[in-house]
Amino acid sequence: MAITAAQMDTQFRLGMLIYDTRYRSLTIQVVALAGFMLLAAWLISNTIQNLAALGKPIDFGFLREPASYDINQRLLEYTSRNTHLRASVLGLINTMLVAVLGCITATVVGGLVGILRLSRNWLISRIMTVYVEGFRNVPVLLWIILVMAIMIESMPAPRDFRGENPTASLQLFDSVAITNRGVYIPEPLFSRGIGDVNVLGAFEVSLDLVAFLIVLGAGIWASSRVKRRADRIQDETGVRPVVWWQRACLVVVPSGVLLYLLGFHLGFPELKGFNFKGGIHMRNSLIALWLALSLYTAAFVAEIVRGGILAISKGQTEAAASLGLRPPRIMGLVILPQALRVIIPPLISQYLNLTKNSSLAIAVGYMDVTGTLGGITMNQTGRELECILLLMLCYLTLSLGISAVLNWYNDRVKLKER
Amino acid sequence: MASKSFVRNELMDQSAPPVASTGVLGWLRANLFGTWMNSVLTVVSLALIFLVLREVFPWMVRSSWTATSLKECREAIDLTWGDHVDGACWAVIRERYLQLLYGFYPAEHYWRANLAFVLLLVGMAPILFPAVPRQVLWFSAAFPFLCFWLLWGGSVWLPIAAALGFVIGYYAFLAVGTIAGQLSGIVAALLVPVIWWIWLAAPFSEVLDGILGIGLEPVESAKFGGFMLSVTIGITGIALSLPIGVLLALGRQSNLLILKSLCVGFIEFIRGVPLITLLFVASTLLNIFMPPGTNFDIILRVVIMVTLFSSAYMAEIIRGGLAALPRGQYEAADSLGLDYWKSQRLVIMPQALKISIPAIVGNFIGLFKDTTLVSIIGLLDPIGLTNNIRADVDWNGIVWELYGFIAFMFFVFCFLMSRYSMYLERKLNTEHR
Repeated sequence: MAITAAQMDTQFRLGMLIYDTRYRSLTIQVVALAGFMLLAAWLISNTIQNLAALGKPIDFGFLREPASYDINQRLLEYTSRNTHLRASVLGLINTMLVAVLGCITATVVGGLVGILRLSRNWLISRIMTVYVEGFRNVPVLLWIILVMAIMIESMPAPRDFRGENPTASLQLFDSVAITNRGVYIPEPLFSRGIGDVNVLGAFEVSLDLVAFLIVLGAGIWASSRVKRRADRIQDETGVRPVVWWQRACLVVVPSGVLLYLLGFHLGFPELKGFNFKGGIHMRNSLIALWLALSLYTAAFVAEIVRGGILAISKGQTEAAASLGLRPPRIMGLVILPQALRVIIPPLISQYLNLTKNSSLAIAVGYMDVTGTLGGITMNQTGRELECILLLMLCYLTLSLGISAVLNWYNDRVKLKER
Repeated sequence: MASKSFVRNELMDQSAPPVASTGVLGWLRANLFGTWMNSVLTVVSLALIFLVLREVFPWMVRSSWTATSLKECREAIDLTWGDHVDGACWAVIRERYLQLLYGFYPAEHYWRANLAFVLLLVGMAPILFPAVPRQVLWFSAAFPFLCFWLLWGGSVWLPIAAALGFVIGYYAFLAVGTIAGQLSGIVAALLVPVIWWIWLAAPFSEVLDGILGIGLEPVESAKFGGFMLSVTIGITGIALSLPIGVLLALGRQSNLLILKSLCVGFIEFIRGVPLITLLFVASTLLNIFMPPGTNFDIILRVVIMVTLFSSAYMAEIIRGGLAALPRGQYEAADSLGLDYWKSQRLVIMPQALKISIPAIVGNFIGLFKDTTLVSIIGLLDPIGLTNNIRADVDWNGIVWELYGFIAFMFFVFCFLMSRYSMYLERKLNTEHR
């Protein structure tokens, strides 16, 4: 009897799709998938109809047409006769430039502020609190526009640097000129350079720079080998050989020799005619974006650093102190290595935020990928759908790339739990 | 012979602590001049504060409140305080503060925006503070429709028809649910209101409008601006992104593979692109995605994209809260025989949300600040208006006063939000220490 009853139950009825837990999850998923596909199909068919009505079917051919607009801040060669594609790539490189600059500055400033906010000095910690709260609670766009306005309105014009007793002067031993047209900094020059190399038939990359980076990288690698050997010897004998000068030499000497061979010198900005010539010209837009983004993100980084240090229990400090370590070493050897594991994951998301916030460049006219591909190219060609899709693709790739690299790093440094 | 030894047989009076460790002096030593390093830091920061105040304070005081242009302002300052004195020109705020608050909203209808703001505070009170009577929650539920009617104007019957959809859905759930089971009830509760909104609501409101025409003068979206626009977009986005974020987080945590991958795809996509690209979608593409001929309101489009953006971040925050809950809580809920939704509602979510309060409020603050981005697609939020004001010949070249005012307003809003989150954290802290 029991067997027949069970057989009766296994017979499939339509209601079981909903009331039987074995099938219910499948039903829900099929319904969800069908709903999603219906929605997608509806959107796509609407889009195709609308685009057909507008007379512009999806076509990426515009990327090969000449862009006919200028990009004033650029790292690679570009003229307005180049294609939209090249303009977009230059924009993307500009995005990465400001992202890298911003991340470095934000980490340094944020780390400093975060530690100072924990200082026992009442005044310093209050000042840092004011900084953090002030920057966190005001929109980053406002900061960007404000810094831009200050640069334009309050900085001296190039002509103020001229004459018998000029009202403005160059900063940092006459090497940096801060003007209302941007900041001029010294540029690295090579008198015996080895020229450029063409990559993919599209971009000229300086061989001097490549050679320098290779030598520097090799030096760092060799130095890490020396450190590993020292670690091994310390493990085996308990005595650590003194290697810091070997390591420093391995990094500094080869790259220094290479720079000398290439005839490295700095080209300083000089006032010629109505403007500064020579040196690297950082436009106001770049400065505004960089400063505002890094100061804004630094406020968040400071909170992360502070939280990370506070998360380490007091027992760790006391344990380290009872081993006889002094406060600086307690910080360096015990607290920071543990705090870093708490700090790094949220720090990664701050880096991503900074990269995405760099798209606000469009508000001050810095030609990043939003300014080129999502700005002028889109307005000129009228290809909104294609441009925005490509723009989103750029940012998605950038975000996923950054988070992949940093997560890999995080996996390496994080505590191995067993 | 008397003993020479001495035994004290009463307690000695306690001596006072060293002067240097108590009172003002002690505090100074402990907090400002403990070590030489600390002293250096203190002196440096005092110098810094002094320098900043020396610049800012006279600038703020030597100001002009009455002028109609920057030039006039400078002249007035020179006249009162002497030549070549830098002073703030607060006259620009005095002249334009109404614009910064309301944009180009018609001046005779300012009372509607003001009333909506006051009602917003009333509607939020029962959600924010448990001491407020629970009956006010009914008002909170009705507030979105009321607010829409107040701000945009038009016939009163349209928002009422929209609100009726929810009531109809509820009764459909009750009616069908008792007859044909809970599941059919849910399906009916979803289907009936949709049918009502798409086909019946518009004729219904038109008919009633014909019978009894109550309405306010309509105000089009292009006239919205200033902080009114920021608050409208911000509050709507905040209110909508939390429930959507919860659903997305649950979807991402669920073991239904397809549902999970849809949620993961959505969340990762939104988190991978900047908000500005989504606003570009709102301003240029959203109409292309809709059936031909649709043209819906720009503020609505922006709100949709801002909500989607914020809800993806919200989902990740709530997922963090869910992950932080001990496994035992899920198992305890299961062992009580609660089904999925009941266990989520009664056991899991209250704890997960409590854990993630700081991050949730942080996200709200971020969303409110991000509303300034709408200025890039041409809406006239405070920052969009500054471009207008600075382009005006009269106020060309004004920087600090204008941005300072806007920054101050944003600071007040955001700072209050973060303080509220701290209050909430303290109140909900059930850990006994």
